[in-house]
Amino acid sequence: MKPFFLFFLTFCFIGILSLKAQKNKSESIKNGSDLYRDFCYRCHGFNGEGQTDLIPPLKSSDYLLNNIDLSIAGLKYGLKGKIIVNGKLYNSYMAYQGLDNGEIADIMNYILNEWGNSSEEFVTAERVSKVEKSIIK
Amino acid sequence: MSKSIFKFFIAIIYFQTACSQENTPPILGQEKNYSYELIVDDISVPWGMAFIKSDELLVTEQSGILYHVKNGVKNEIKGLPDVYFRGQGGLLDIALHPNFDSNKTVFFTQGVNTENDNKGGNTSLYSGVIDGLKLTNVKLLYKAIPNTKTAQHWGSRIVFDKEGHIYFGIGDRGERDINPQDITRDGGKIYRLNLDGTIPIDNPFVGLKNVKDAIFSFGHRNPQGMTVHPKTGQIWEHEHGPRGGDEINIIKEGLNYGWPKITYGKDYLTYVGSNPLEKTTSLPGMEQPLYYWVPSIAPSGMAFCTSNVYSDWKDDLFVGSLKFEYLERLVIEENKVVKREKILDGIGRVRNVVEGPDGYLYLGIEGKGIVKVLPAK
Repeated sequence: MKPFFLFFLTFCFIGILSLKAQKNKSESIKNGSDLYRDFCYRCHGFNGEGQTDLIPPLKSSDYLLNNIDLSIAGLKYGLKGKIIVNGKLYNSYMAYQGLDNGEIADIMNYILNEWGNSSEEFVTAERVSKVEKSIIK
Repeated sequence: MSKSIFKFFIAIIYFQTACSQENTPPILGQEKNYSYELIVDDISVPWGMAFIKSDELLVTEQSGILYHVKNGVKNEIKGLPDVYFRGQGGLLDIALHPNFDSNKTVFFTQGVNTENDNKGGNTSLYSGVIDGLKLTNVKLLYKAIPNTKTAQHWGSRIVFDKEGHIYFGIGDRGERDINPQDITRDGGKIYRLNLDGTIPIDNPFVGLKNVKDAIFSFGHRNPQGMTVHPKTGQIWEHEHGPRGGDEINIIKEGLNYGWPKITYGKDYLTYVGSNPLEKTTSLPGMEQPLYYWVPSIAPSGMAFCTSNVYSDWKDDLFVGSLKFEYLERLVIEENKVVKREKILDGIGRVRNVVEGPDGYLYLGIEGKGIVKVLPAK
């Protein structure tokens, strides 16, 4: 009986932990949504659709979904030069915005999980802190 | 029945045409083959530019670096106050004191948090003295309140008149319903000070209770271009509109330029506040723009060409487009825009436009640096 009880307690504990992580992710996405509406939407659009031939889409963007660290670096340090998004060439400049690592993580979690985008990954401030400028070519 | 459906469709078509009506004259492609030369490279966002001589200038980088540039070589000038860099804010414009040659004084605008309240920042005006690669004798002349963490609408350009005043603009800081129309609050204003930072006694709202008496005009959204007309001495300003309705205004004492009560723009689809924009474009007591852009070009930087360096550009107005990445040439006759032309289409996000002492136009390009516009061959 006692071992079973311990097992049960551990199980509950893990459950609570994962529930907490889950909540953190949704909180992060919520905060990311607010930040997106302040910092990002003017260029990338309300629906992540991008703009003209100059601003790439975020919705269904293979660049974003396949290059999470590069995308973090873009938010952290700015992004310039040529990139290919969904087979199309873009060559504009995205200025960095003076956001802190936690805010960058929140925006990443939002854009990775909005407009039909979905990602298993949960970006944390710690991960953002480890992304260095040198990964941008 | 079918007739009413037909009418309904006609009404819809009419409505859509009315809504999507672009301003005139339409913009033309580049008439001649202009080119440019890169003067200073590797500056992320070259926000402000002030020429000391043709080959020597000061450049601000928005994240908070002040550069001294001579013959294309840039060196950092140390001694700025702590820059609050966030979104559209940061280190913004810079201008030389009218007597710079003797006093080495500069004025600059930047985002700052002087209160240590962890509540964000707001736009400020400082003066300082350039001593080699050091900025000394730094003085805070004006600080807008309250601080906020929003990314939006900090302004800000600096100009002077011949009577010893300095003018600078501050955007509405994302609070359009409470700031621009209220002269007891900062934001959405053009300000006028004496060069020592004191308030001119003849400022329009001096003597009224509780007002910000540095205010010169109000009802602005986000001014990021300002220049003095070379002949009339009047202050020309432009500001960003929301999805259309970027404006050019001639700034006059005490006037209300209407934002957000009147505008040629439309709300962003994300607007969630309780006061959506009306479709009102004019009201009594509010100024009409000299010109407005629909769709928005996202204007930044503004200069008149006063030289004969370019064969036919003298007296024309030049405005940078962040959104469409070109320099816009506006030919103006009797305060009406009669012609528009795209110059250097695709050059990048044009953040600033200045005429150098040599009569050439210089552009600040985001992600690039400073370029000099060369006449067509």
